[in-house]
Amino acid sequence: MGRFHRHDGGTEHDHDLAQDHEHDHEHAPDESAVSADHGDLSAYDTGVERVSVLERIFSENDRAAQANRAAFDGCGVRCVNMMSSPGAGKTTLLVHTLRHLQKQGVRAGVVEGDIETSLDADRLAGLGAQVALLNTGNGFGGECHLDAPMVARALSDLDLDTLDLLLVENVGNLVCPAEFDVGAHDSVMVYAITEGEEKPLKYPVMFRSVGVVLVNKMDLLPHLDFDLALFLRNLAQVNPQARVFEVSARTGAGLDDWHTWLTAAPVGVRAT
Amino acid sequence: MHELSLCRSIYGIVDAARGDREVEVVHLEVGQLRQVVPDTLLYCWTMVTADTDLAGSRLDIDHVPVTLDCTACGAQTTPGHALVLTCAACGSGNITLHTGEEFMVTSMDITAREPMRQEP
Repeated sequence: MGRFHRHDGGTEHDHDLAQDHEHDHEHAPDESAVSADHGDLSAYDTGVERVSVLERIFSENDRAAQANRAAFDGCGVRCVNMMSSPGAGKTTLLVHTLRHLQKQGVRAGVVEGDIETSLDADRLAGLGAQVALLNTGNGFGGECHLDAPMVARALSDLDLDTLDLLLVENVGNLVCPAEFDVGAHDSVMVYAITEGEEKPLKYPVMFRSVGVVLVNKMDLLPHLDFDLALFLRNLAQVNPQARVFEVSARTGAGLDDWHTWLTAAPVGVRAT
Repeated sequence: MHELSLCRSIYGIVDAARGDREVEVVHLEVGQLRQVVPDTLLYCWTMVTADTDLAGSRLDIDHVPVTLDCTACGAQTTPGHALVLTCAACGSGNITLHTGEEFMVTSMDITAREPMRQEP
C-alpha cells in the first residue's frame, strides 16, 4: 500500500486535467458507463479545477480503531473480532466459550452487535461476562457491520480495567464487517459446513481478513454432502495462512484447541 | 449495504477538503477487492448529499484491478480470476497484494470562480 500518502496541508492543487491519472493500470471498460449519465458540463463556462485530496475513505474509521486498540493495550485486554454469516453459530459458540473462560478465571467481555433485538445478548447473560449490546438499527434500516466508532461507544458500558479478553460479536454478514477495522488484535470467523464449500471463493475478502477460521457444525458432517478437503483447498486459495479449528458448538467437540488459542496468544500479537 | 456509511465517510472527507468551494465531481479509486457496488455507491451519494452544499456533485469511480507480488517466484501477476489470489506464474499462495485494495478519494473537480472584482 505504499502508493497511499497524504498531503499534510489536506489538499494539493493540480491544474492539469489531462495528466490526472498517474497509476499504471488499465481502466475497467465500464468506467465511463458508471458516470455517463451525469456528464453535462456545458453550464460551467468558467471551467473546472482538479484538486488533489488523496485521503483513504477508511481513514476516520481506522483512526478510531487505533484509539480502541490503544485503549485495549492500555488495560491489558486482548480483543478478538468474531465474524460470520447469520446462523453460523457465533452465539452458541460464545456460550460455550464464555462458560469455559469463566471456569478458567479469565475475565471476559462481549460487545454484541445486532441490527435489532437483544436476543443474542440475553443468551449470553449469566455467564460471568460483561456484555455491551450495540443495536445498529438506527437510520436507514440498520448497519450491516460494526465499525470502530460504534465499538468505541460500546466500551463506555464496559470496565476494561477489570477484563482480560474482549470478544466482539459482529453483525452476521460475510461482506461488510470484513471492511471495517474495529480495533481488535485478532479477527476470527465462524464458518458452518452447512454453508457450502465455495464460500471462501465467493467471499474472499472476509476469508482473507481473519487469522482463524472455526469450521463449525462438524457434528452434521455425516448428514451432509460436504467435502471438507475441497473447502480447505478453497480456503487456502484465498488465505493460505489461516488457522483452522474444526468444532461443533452444539456438542462442544473440538473447542479445546480454540480455547487454548484464545487464551494463549499474548495481548497485542496478531495471528498470522 | 455498507455503501451508505462509505458515502458518509466520503462526504466528510470532501466537505473538509473543499472549504467553501463548489464541487462538481469527486474522483475515487476503488480496488477490485473492495466490496463496493458502484451503482449503489452512486445512489447513496445522491441520498447523502441531498440538501447539502454537495448536492448535484457526482462520484467518478476508477476501478483498480488486482495485481499480486509473488514471494515464491518474484513475479508480479494479475490473477485470471479476481477472487483466486494465487500467483498466475507459479501457482504459489505466498503472495502479497500489490494493488486491488485501494479505497480513497483521489481528487475533486471544483468549479473555478472568477476573481472577485473590487467595486470602486
